Amino acid sequence: MLFNAVLYLLAGGALLYSFCRDRQKTARALFLAGNSFLNILPGLLGILGMIGIMLALVPPEVIAALFGNDSPWGVLLISLVGAVTLLPAFVAFPLAASLVQAGAGLTAVAVFVTTLLMVGIVTAPLEISFFGKKFTFWRNGLGFALALVIGAVMGAVLQ
Amino acid sequence: MKAAVKTQLKRYSLFLAVLAADLFLLWRYPAKGALSVKSALDYLAEMLLFLPPIFVLVGLLDVWVPRQIVEKNVGPESGARGVIISILVATAAAGPLYAGFPVAAALLKKGCRLANAVIFLGTWATIKIPMLIMEIKFMGPAFALWRLVLTLPAIIGTGYLLEAILQRKEASGRSAPL
Repeated sequence: MLFNAVLYLLAGGALLYSFCRDRQKTARALFLAGNSFLNILPGLLGILGMIGIMLALVPPEVIAALFGNDSPWGVLLISLVGAVTLLPAFVAFPLAASLVQAGAGLTAVAVFVTTLLMVGIVTAPLEISFFGKKFTFWRNGLGFALALVIGAVMGAVLQ
Repeated sequence: MKAAVKTQLKRYSLFLAVLAADLFLLWRYPAKGALSVKSALDYLAEMLLFLPPIFVLVGLLDVWVPRQIVEKNVGPESGARGVIISILVATAAAGPLYAGFPVAAALLKKGCRLANAVIFLGTWATIKIPMLIMEIKFMGPAFALWRLVLTLPAIIGTGYLLEAILQRKEASGRSAPL
């Protein structure tokens, strides 16, 4: 609740300041904000629905057994899932939170989040069209390796 | 008009599939269906409460941060300042990683250093400010902070390593990547 209050105060203050400085820019900012919200809405509704179904159908014991004790195979499996898809943050974090809630370990979830955000096999063709094959291969490859390291360290530190 | 309806249908296809699945569950397994719908609605309520201020902040950043200054400060001679600017600009960005591709490509075309473009993409993908706000909210401050502390050096390292790999190949007579 406090979190939301701070967020609203911050946004409200910034908006007021911006409005005093330049009305046109402020109007454009609000238009952009509305636009990005409408853009994410379909994906948001779909993914939240999927999280709901997953929480209802997959017993927490199954998730806990697969990813709970941070076994190497569980971490590898979840890193591959994270690497294939590339989800925006507004979806990635609720999904990660629901995995923790269902009993997944922190290493597994940290690896999942990092590969999810950094490595994208689905979006690789798009990346290749902008930067070439070698760039895409190395950026995603290094990202994947580093995600495993980051996850391992986080699991050790946070337990 | 028909095409517009079709694209809208495509964008909502996942949601429609989920809706169908939920209806099926409610019909055959009412308890599980109710749990599924309730969990989804709980998440949705939470999102709708705190997403609006985030989008307003992102919109304001987009409008007020001047792009030209950025483009002048990430060139081959920019050094540490170039790295810092790449990171700061990307943290203020909005949208998923694939929305960052064209921006990074445009920077490269304007003379941005390769390492800085990779750092820009990495930051855009993993540690944007709106993203961190979400992460603190859902995963807690300790998780978010540790991921930030570990990811930042990883991104910078990736930038320089990638530049070294690609430019060594270029120098030894192989095809240029860009």
